[in-house]
Amino acid sequence: MTGWMQHLPILPVVIPLICGALMLVIRDGNRRGRLTLGFVSIAGQSATAIALLGLATGYLPSDWPHGVGVYLLGDWPAPFGIVAVVDRLSVIMLLLTSTLGLAAWIYATARWDRAGVHFHPLYQFLLMGLNGAFLTGDLFNLFVFFEVLLAASYGLALHGSGRARVSAGLHYVAVNLVASFLLLIAMAMIYGVTGSLNMADLAARAGELSGPDRRLFESGAAILGVAFLIKAAAWPLNFWLPATYANACAPVAAIFMIMTKVGVYAMLRIGSLLLPTGAPAAFGGEWMFPLGIATLAFGIIGLIAAPQPERQASYCAIISSGTLFAALGMPGVTLTGPALFYLVTSVLALGAFFLLLEMVERTQAFGADLLAVSLEAFDLEDPESPDSSDDVVGVAIPAAMAFLGLSFVACALLIAGLPPMSGFVAKFTLLSAAVQTAEGTPGTGTWLLMGFVIFSGLACIIALGRTGIRLFWSVEDTIVPRLRLSEAGPVSLLIFTTIAMSIWAGPIMRYLDQTADYLGSPSAYINAVLTQHPGRDVAPEALP
Amino acid sequence: MELILSLAIGVLAGSGVWLLLRPRSFQVIIGLSLISYAVNLFIFSMGRVVLGTPPVIDTQLVADASQYADPLPQALVLTAIVIAFATTALFLVILLAARGFSGTDHVDGKEAHK
Repeated sequence: MTGWMQHLPILPVVIPLICGALMLVIRDGNRRGRLTLGFVSIAGQSATAIALLGLATGYLPSDWPHGVGVYLLGDWPAPFGIVAVVDRLSVIMLLLTSTLGLAAWIYATARWDRAGVHFHPLYQFLLMGLNGAFLTGDLFNLFVFFEVLLAASYGLALHGSGRARVSAGLHYVAVNLVASFLLLIAMAMIYGVTGSLNMADLAARAGELSGPDRRLFESGAAILGVAFLIKAAAWPLNFWLPATYANACAPVAAIFMIMTKVGVYAMLRIGSLLLPTGAPAAFGGEWMFPLGIATLAFGIIGLIAAPQPERQASYCAIISSGTLFAALGMPGVTLTGPALFYLVTSVLALGAFFLLLEMVERTQAFGADLLAVSLEAFDLEDPESPDSSDDVVGVAIPAAMAFLGLSFVACALLIAGLPPMSGFVAKFTLLSAAVQTAEGTPGTGTWLLMGFVIFSGLACIIALGRTGIRLFWSVEDTIVPRLRLSEAGPVSLLIFTTIAMSIWAGPIMRYLDQTADYLGSPSAYINAVLTQHPGRDVAPEALP
Repeated sequence: MELILSLAIGVLAGSGVWLLLRPRSFQVIIGLSLISYAVNLFIFSMGRVVLGTPPVIDTQLVADASQYADPLPQALVLTAIVIAFATTALFLVILLAARGFSGTDHVDGKEAHK
C-alpha cells in the first residue's frame, strides 16, 4: 500500500481540523462558505470511514496484518513515536460518528446553526476529537482528543445560550474538568510504573509487573476507569447528564449521544488489551457488571419519573450506557458482539429521537412550558412567528403530522427494543447469547441482566407511550408545523439506517462477532503496533 | 525533596477538593486551578525526582540514562498546563454568564433554602 492511501488512517482527524480552521477564517456572515466546507468535511470523513472499513475487512487490498492498520505519525516506530491505529472496532465507531454527524449537521443547518456564533467550526472540532479518540494508539493522545472533543462540546452545549443551558453547562464543565484531572493522574501513575503510554506496549508490559508495582498499576488503572466511567455516564457518576443533554439544542444533543459511547469505547479498548494479563478493577466484570445494573436501575427510575420528553431521552441514554456496561462486564460470558450491535442501534435511535423531539414540540401551542428553553435561545422571540426567517427557507414536506407520529413510534420501538426494529435484534441477540453461552445453567448474573434489560424496555414503553399520548392525542390545539426536508431528512436517514441494520442483521452481526473475537485476543493489535516499521530507511539496530 | 514535593501536592489537592465542594462558583474555579497545579506536579514527579540533570541529551555526557531527567513527563506537563489553562478560561466565561443570568454566584443558579 503506497502513495496517498497509506495516509488514510489520519484523514478522519486532519479533514475536520483543516475544515474547522478554514471556517474560522471565513466571515461568520458567509454562511454558504461555511456550509460548503462543513459538507465537504463530513462527506470526506464518511468516505474515509468507508474506505477504512474496506481496508480493515480485506475488501480493499491492503498489507494490514489481521486488518489492523498502524499509522506512524512522524514516522517513528512505536512505542517511541505516536501512532494512530485503525482496526475493526475503531472503524465501526468512525462510521457511526460520520453517520450521526451527517444527520445532526443537516438538521442543524435548518435553523440551529444560526442561534449563535461559530456553530460550524465547533462542530468540526467535536468530530475531530471523536475521530481522534477512536484512532489514537496511546493514552496521552486519548486524553488530548478527549479534551479537544470536550472543549468543543462545552461550546456546543451552550450554543443558543439561555439560563438553563448556562446553568447546566456550568455543572457539565466542572464535572468533566475533574474527570480530566483524574485521567491525567491515572496516566501519570501508569507511566511512572510502566514507563510507557503506548497502549500496545502497556499491554505487553503490564504482565511483567509484580508486587508493589502491579498494585500501583492497578490503582492507576482503577482511576483511569473512574475517569472513563464519568464520561460514559455510569451510576453514580452520571448526575451531570440529564440536565446537560436535555438543555442542549437538538442537533447538539443528538451528536452528544456518541460522546458517552467514547467512554464505553475507551473501557472496551483498554479492557481488551489488559485482559490477558488480568484486567484491573473497573475494566473487569466484578465491577463493571454491578455498575451496569445500577446504572440501568437509575436510568429506569429516572425515565419513569421524568416529566419532559428531552429528559426522558437523556435517561434513555443512561439506560443504554447501563445495558452496555452490564453486557460487557457480564461475568463468564463474552457478549461483546451483541453489545456492539446494541451500541450502534442505540446511538442512531437516540440521535434520531432527540432531533425528532424538537420537531414534535413545535406542534404544541406557543408558550407551553416545554418550549421555554427554545424561547430563551431565540431571545424571547416567537420561533414560529411569520417574520422569523425559518418559515421562508427550504422545502416543506407534506403530511407533517403523519411523519412525526410514525417517526415517534419508530424511535420508541427502537429504544424499547420491540420488533420489527433493530433495537429488538440487538436486545434479543444480547439476551440469547447471555443464556446460551453461560456455562451449564444460566447463573444469577444472567437472570439479573435479563430482568433489568427487559424491565428497562417496559419502562421505555410506559414512559414514551405516555409522552406520545400527551403529545399526539390529547392536545386539542395542535399546531401542524411546517417541517423542512432538511429537518425531516436526517431523522429519516437515521431511522432507515436502523431498518437497514435489521434487514442485514446477519452480515453485520457476523462482522461484529469477528470484532469481538479479535478483541478477545489482543495479540494481533499488540503485534501490529509494535512491529510496524517506519516508511523511511532506518538502521536495523535502531528498531526495537 | 520527595517529602516537600509530596506535601505540596497533598496540600494543593486537598485544598482544591475542599474548594471544589463549596457552593460558590468562584470557589469552584479556584479549587479546579489548585487541583490542576497538584496534578501537574504529580505528573512531573512520576518521571522520578532528580536534581541537576538535563532532560536533553548532551554529547559531552556519557550515554547513560541515569545521567538524564525523563523528558516525557515534562512534555506531558506542558500539554496538560495548556489544556487546563484553556478549559479554566472557558469555565470562567461560563461562570460569569451564569452569574449574569441568575444574579447569584451559587453553582446551582439559586440560593439554597435556609
